Amino acid sequence: MTAVSTPAPARHDLAEVGRNAATLRSFLHGLPGVDEVGARQRAATLGTRSIKTTAKAWAIDLAVRMVDLTTLEGADTPGKVRALCAKARRPDPADPGCPPVAAVCVYPSMAPTAAEALTGSGVHLASVATAFPSGQAPLEVKLADTRAAVAAGADEIDMVINRGAFLAGRYDQVYAEIVAVKQACGDAHLKVILETGELATYDNVRRASWLAMLAGGDFIKTSTGKVPVAATLPVTLIMLEAVRDFHAATGRRIGVKPAGGIRTTKDAIKYLVLVNETAGDDWLTPDLFRFGASTLLNDLLMQRSKLHTGVYSGPDYVTLD
Amino acid sequence: MFDYAPAPESRSVVTIRDSYGLFIDGEFVDPTDGGARKTVNPATEEVLAEVAEAGPGDVDRAVAAARAAYQRVWGPMPGRDRAKYLFRIARALAERSRELAVLESLDNGKPIRESRDVDLPLASAHFFYYAGWADKLPYAGFGPDPRPLGVAGQVIPWNFPLLMLAWKIAPALAAGNTVVLKPAETTPLTALLFAEICQQADLPPGVVNIVTGAGATGQAVVGHPDVDKVAFTGSTDVGRQIARAVAGSRKKLTLELGGKAANIVFDDAPIDQAVEGIVNGIFFNQGHVCCAGSRLLVQESIAEPLLESLKRRMARLRVGDPLDKNTDVGAINSAAQLDRIRTLATAGTDEGAQAWSPPCDLPQQGFWFAPTLFTGVSQAHRIAREEIFGPVLSVLTFRTPDEAIAKANNTPYGLSAGIWSEKGSRILWAADRLRAGVVWANTFNKFDPTSPFGGYQESGYGREGGRHGLEAYLDV
Amino acid sequence: MSDSAAVAAAGPARVAVRKTYKLFIGGKFPRSESGRTYQVQDSNVALASRKDLRDAVVAARAAVKGWSGATAYNRGQILYRVAEMLEGRREQFVALGEPAGEVDAAIDRWVWYAGWSDKLPQVYGGVNPVAGPYFNLSTPEPTGVVGVVAPAEPSLLGLVSVVAPVIVSGNTAVVLASPTRPLAAVTLAEVLATSDLPGGVVNVLTGTITETAPWLASHLDVDALDLTGVPDPQLAVELEQAAAGNLKRVLRPAVTPVDWSADPGTRRMTTFLETKTVWHPKGT
Repeated sequence: MTAVSTPAPARHDLAEVGRNAATLRSFLHGLPGVDEVGARQRAATLGTRSIKTTAKAWAIDLAVRMVDLTTLEGADTPGKVRALCAKARRPDPADPGCPPVAAVCVYPSMAPTAAEALTGSGVHLASVATAFPSGQAPLEVKLADTRAAVAAGADEIDMVINRGAFLAGRYDQVYAEIVAVKQACGDAHLKVILETGELATYDNVRRASWLAMLAGGDFIKTSTGKVPVAATLPVTLIMLEAVRDFHAATGRRIGVKPAGGIRTTKDAIKYLVLVNETAGDDWLTPDLFRFGASTLLNDLLMQRSKLHTGVYSGPDYVTLD
Repeated sequence: MFDYAPAPESRSVVTIRDSYGLFIDGEFVDPTDGGARKTVNPATEEVLAEVAEAGPGDVDRAVAAARAAYQRVWGPMPGRDRAKYLFRIARALAERSRELAVLESLDNGKPIRESRDVDLPLASAHFFYYAGWADKLPYAGFGPDPRPLGVAGQVIPWNFPLLMLAWKIAPALAAGNTVVLKPAETTPLTALLFAEICQQADLPPGVVNIVTGAGATGQAVVGHPDVDKVAFTGSTDVGRQIARAVAGSRKKLTLELGGKAANIVFDDAPIDQAVEGIVNGIFFNQGHVCCAGSRLLVQESIAEPLLESLKRRMARLRVGDPLDKNTDVGAINSAAQLDRIRTLATAGTDEGAQAWSPPCDLPQQGFWFAPTLFTGVSQAHRIAREEIFGPVLSVLTFRTPDEAIAKANNTPYGLSAGIWSEKGSRILWAADRLRAGVVWANTFNKFDPTSPFGGYQESGYGREGGRHGLEAYLDV
Repeated sequence: MSDSAAVAAAGPARVAVRKTYKLFIGGKFPRSESGRTYQVQDSNVALASRKDLRDAVVAARAAVKGWSGATAYNRGQILYRVAEMLEGRREQFVALGEPAGEVDAAIDRWVWYAGWSDKLPQVYGGVNPVAGPYFNLSTPEPTGVVGVVAPAEPSLLGLVSVVAPVIVSGNTAVVLASPTRPLAAVTLAEVLATSDLPGGVVNVLTGTITETAPWLASHLDVDALDLTGVPDPQLAVELEQAAAGNLKRVLRPAVTPVDWSADPGTRRMTTFLETKTVWHPKGT
């Protein structure tokens, strides 16, 4: 069957798409293809935007407010997590005017410690779940993981999709798992990690984005940060196009979170330009765009400081988390 | 709101003199029987400099200098030495690229991002590529010892001033010819800075001569009896006149003229990239591109959603100060060109097509035209047949692949075409049938010094770029 | 003032800093893992072992993806940069004993090859008009890792003439330098190291050909072999036989003496190319 590049079907049809394996497959395979060279080029051109002075200051502050400050290591301890939370609440001890970050992101076992440390701050608590990062565990275990994190106080859940099932073409299985995790989340909002580095092609990224949105995700996220290829500008471009088109089809706005490999202010600003010129203004808020990062925050703070003082800063003038 | 603050590129990197002479025989000299004219910044109408206008006597001097240099120095010089001069020029263009890019944007009106990221790298690369042919001519496929023609008279347009200069001078010199080049009257400045670079490279005097001026100067260059080869890039009308003028003479002629390219979008196109390609095809360089995708031929079954996406994308185009690094669309090059665009746009609405432009804050001073889309266009409309040479896109539809090809080919022009489809065999099938010298698939307005460029029919004859680009400058 | 008085008045002569001549592998200058050197041209020069050769092949293989994946323009720019750097070091090569005319010829030869990078496919590839509705294109591709035995003399011009044509198309090289005049090779390696040439694209081993060449010829991860500099015809035969183990593409030593200043032709480039021909149907 020839792939026809229609836009998403009319609103009342989308509920039917996930009903069975065949319709889901037809829908996903019927989405317009992505020309890799063209997509890379568009992302690269947007990366040449020159954001200076007032625009830069505004973008830096927004980027700080969009950071999901993350620690996901086997060696995480309560001490480490408390330090991270203190930093999240007050990134720059020398400047009370510096806004707090959007969220802290930890493993479920660390959620209780983080919940306590963040009490009254307004900073969200995001927990990874579903056997992060590989997702290779029985469904019951993944759901239990999710429930535990929510019970411990997480108001956001970052799940991983079943990449093995996706690459084997079992889209219905991936879909069903997302639906189940969303249910287990209760009131918590759900970010769906596509692990774009493992999906390999932009066509797959587009399909996985739509699949996650159709299944009820609140955010689509690029990566776990645990495989070599994490967030990139072209991949994020594809995901922003998907949320834009999904909104046109359904009226629902889904958020986007690039994670992993975003280390500098320059990079972060490129992502904001991408958001601005693809999905648009409405997405320039922590409610719809986040950065999954750890080292990025200190670079944002140093750049912020340079704009205020006029001189280049250094690592001794920002705190370790 | 994410407002990008002003991000101006500094003008201080380039020094513009108050006045410039002609570059003849390695030196800047005053015209003897010519005059002078001013060149302005089309974004502000500010006068940039006064530039000499070469009279017939000046052209004569230039051709004589080129002839002498050809006979005594450049003609006898071994290819490997010509190569090294050209490599020097290529490197100098790369080293001084910021200076040249700013000057180009000031004189032409194109955004600095384009002159910086497209015009300059391509110009430098063009010299680098042809430098490497100078000592390898026996391998070019034109026989064991292809010889140059002698003196080349070259006339170039205002849309890519420095790049068009590179396309003309690099292959001519690599093949062993000397040149007399006339830049366009509204954009002489980068050619004059190029002349300084020739001096910096110690290029032997007379190998390159730059004679600034307008139509009369161009005619004198093209008509000069001691010119062996004429190369012209510009309008089809003037190309026709030149072809008549050289008839029966010994002069070899190549022409690169106008176009009315079809950008064909099939129903299985990668939509987001196709939209980028359409925008790039007609709004890049303000549409002042001979190979611009000025006719969008979209398959009727996807026309509506595609146009919606296209309009949404057009609304993000930033029109304004060419020296702002975030500008996407700059100024129209001259009052005359702006007038022509307006006339044809008016004809569009008069003939029943519907015009649409995104909201645009156009500056008060300078020559400006908002990016415009015409729907409901048919082949019989003037805006579907005549080259507008501005940021105006005419949209037509088609039902089947055969119809797309028929409509695309239904023009006396034949310079370029675009094909958007995810199906490889369809792309190759269409490429086979399109009467166009350059076919872009899932991309548009891509240039490379190795890739031959030129048109069918009234878009001209001869190719520039690649191995094929040498042929025009060899006696083969 | 007399000469000796002038010298005495000038003070004690400055003590020079002497150079060490090492191998060039993976963009770095290590000593031989065997710790050995030999004396030649008044210097201690590294004597490469089979393990050095093994390491050089690993480095050359690792560099293939990046170098063959670079654009032809980029490779041409880098080769031209080598010529620029070589021009800057002209006097140093002359001081090593290389004749000035030869050094000039070597520089010009780099320039010649730099200009081939973005033209070779146009001359050696092309569209084939098959009798059917197919688009059929032949493109040359680099073969991979090439082992090169450089001529003993002329030590600079000969070396440049065998190395540049190998790498211009995207191959990487393991080069066995002239055993009798190796300093030019090591100094050329320094030029390469300062020309933005990625590490591993060219690796230079000094020492005795008889020790390392058999390992190079039989190595299963080497794709081609240039035997130009093998002095002994019997050895050349044995090396060619060893190379047959994985069907390396082999360039035999010249039968008659080579005129290194003449137009090299294209053979030294095309011997190390594969031609890939792709068919694609044309239809709606």
